[in-house]
Amino acid sequence: MWNYSDKLKEHFFNPKNAGVLEEANAVGEVGSISCGDALRLMLKVEPETQVIQDARFQTFGCGSAIASSSALTEMIIGKTVDEALQVTNKDIADYLEGLPPEKMHCSVMGAEALRAAIANYRGEEWVDDHEEGELICKCFGVDAAMIERAVEVNALTTLEQVTNYTKAGASCKTCHEKIEDLLESLLAKQGKTLEPVAAKAPAPAMVGLADIAPLAAPASPEAAKPVPAKKLSNVQRMQIVIATLEEMRPYLKQDGGDVELVDIDGKNIYVRLSGACSGCQMASVTIEGIQTKLVEKLGELVRVIPHTMMAAE
Amino acid sequence: MGIYLDNNATTRVDPAVVAEMMPFFTEHFGNPSSMHGYGAAVGGKIEWARGEVQKLLGAAFDTEIVFTSGGTESDSTAILSALKAYPKRREIVTSVVEHPAILSLCDFLESKEGYRIHRIPVDGKGNLDLEKYEAALSENVAVVSIMWANNETGTIFPVELLANMAKKVGALFHTDAVQAVGKLPMDLANSAIDMLSLSGHKLHAPKGIGALYVKRGVRFRPMLRGGHQERGRRAGTENAPAIVGLGKACELARESMAIELTQVAALRDRLEKALVEAIPNCFVTGNPANRLPNTANVAFEFIEGEAILLLLNEEGIAASSGSACTSGSLEPSHVMRAMGVPYTAAHGATRFSLSRDTTAEEIDTVIRVVPGIIERLRKLSPYWTNQGATAGFQPVYS
Repeated sequence: MWNYSDKLKEHFFNPKNAGVLEEANAVGEVGSISCGDALRLMLKVEPETQVIQDARFQTFGCGSAIASSSALTEMIIGKTVDEALQVTNKDIADYLEGLPPEKMHCSVMGAEALRAAIANYRGEEWVDDHEEGELICKCFGVDAAMIERAVEVNALTTLEQVTNYTKAGASCKTCHEKIEDLLESLLAKQGKTLEPVAAKAPAPAMVGLADIAPLAAPASPEAAKPVPAKKLSNVQRMQIVIATLEEMRPYLKQDGGDVELVDIDGKNIYVRLSGACSGCQMASVTIEGIQTKLVEKLGELVRVIPHTMMAAE
Repeated sequence: MGIYLDNNATTRVDPAVVAEMMPFFTEHFGNPSSMHGYGAAVGGKIEWARGEVQKLLGAAFDTEIVFTSGGTESDSTAILSALKAYPKRREIVTSVVEHPAILSLCDFLESKEGYRIHRIPVDGKGNLDLEKYEAALSENVAVVSIMWANNETGTIFPVELLANMAKKVGALFHTDAVQAVGKLPMDLANSAIDMLSLSGHKLHAPKGIGALYVKRGVRFRPMLRGGHQERGRRAGTENAPAIVGLGKACELARESMAIELTQVAALRDRLEKALVEAIPNCFVTGNPANRLPNTANVAFEFIEGEAILLLLNEEGIAASSGSACTSGSLEPSHVMRAMGVPYTAAHGATRFSLSRDTTAEEIDTVIRVVPGIIERLRKLSPYWTNQGATAGFQPVYS
């Protein structure tokens, strides 16, 4: 069933400014019938003031496509052309009190139609930046070519990084397998292998967590979130990492283990577990505990990687 | 009360089915594998249910029925079993219009396991290309999996003929009959079909229960290994209440088969005829001469299916669509595309699937409401003018 807001439903069931605008002097047409949605946006711009006096739309598409079109016209009427260009697809989605993730592309179509119409008004040619590659992430419209570029330019090696750089896979996650497959094949070309997914913060219910209580997840999930906006220098970061590990060592020693910092490489923090910790079945939980603590202290997302998992030099 | 015309998606559990199931939650809750009386009471009823499934399918032996969690599990079990049983045969024959339960599995087997998949195309009415089918068959084929009837259009495939052709090259023949069971008479005892999948919730039984028919003598390799349940063919403690429900649903389906074939079909025909007469630029997809009695799939040109469903839903009518926006995949229905239905119509394809619960009054309401909905959306569409379709709309990246 559709998870649509009341505002969206209102704009679908009673769309504003639908139909043909006879006196339009700016027309933008985007989409295609093969993709399942298409939009013609018609604007009447007052040449003196550059104010959009009227806007109408015709849309072939689903409920959220029609609602996005309706919302767009309401948002831009009365604005100057330059002001209208500030409207992003996110603004359209926000105006509708949100769109389901897999429908975000409907708002993108609205924003594109607006740009196409204004380009038409100014006598410019509007070129869309849609790529030709296979569509991987449907929620954010990210295709294989875009992921490929991001991976190559930024030397990405994990699914998580691909998501951070391209937004692909950030929403419904159904494309994660596809991204991993693509990443694997791209990395294979460079002679690398796909790194395992970074450990998530431990769930409170995890078996045996009580045994290492000091390392366990904080009581509230909010506390696990990184403290935002505190740009640390590399030295400061290193000092925090060392101090945090020092703080944790007594607890590990209680259980006959120990931890040692091996290296810090950007977001990756390599540690060596020794003693009872190294071969212990709880090693991954310990690593997660250390990670949780470091994320908390550093205020950024980092990965803690056991030394044994480092690539052979 | 709403008008439910999405019975190919799922059906209402028949109250008689629920009544049959109830004692198996709280009263007869034993594990059928147990030696004591609690177990025996359940075990006996499961065997009764097996017999009911057997009768509905016209199977020769009740031991040919293996209970599963539903259509998808049955499909996966059948294909993987055939591949394991005949490891030297590395090819599979299927059709382009199968359910994702088959298509996704085949895609996986092709890309990850190196199997060769023959996907047989269909014509504009959804009929299988028999020449291409014959050409694909060889001694390399482990299993053929072709659906009995298509879920979107209702078009029926000649499974008996296809099974006999598969026999000639020694390939096993499996059919996904999820949409056909309970709607079409079956006589598997006198059939060349080796395996058949069915799903409970498509025939007024609960969700999460299904069965796989495996003909006696067909080599079988279980997908789930563990306990000895289902004669070692499907490990895991039996979902006893659901199995009992499926048994009852099969009994009811056998009794009401005639209703499906006459009353339901007549209502469906009336709906289709009225819509096509009242609405310009729309047509029935699939093969009108050979399809399920309950399924009407009407393609409305130049509008999009999800919008149609939203407006139908406002009127209390539940249907479904092959449009991209309802599938979560952004691709219009693979069935519509395989039949060569133009994009202008594929996105507006709307499926009305009836059941024995559907009434004439309900159909009359739908006939009254739908033309207005179509007109309302076409007024919004850039592809449509009052004179009909417009050819002038050429958006960027089309």
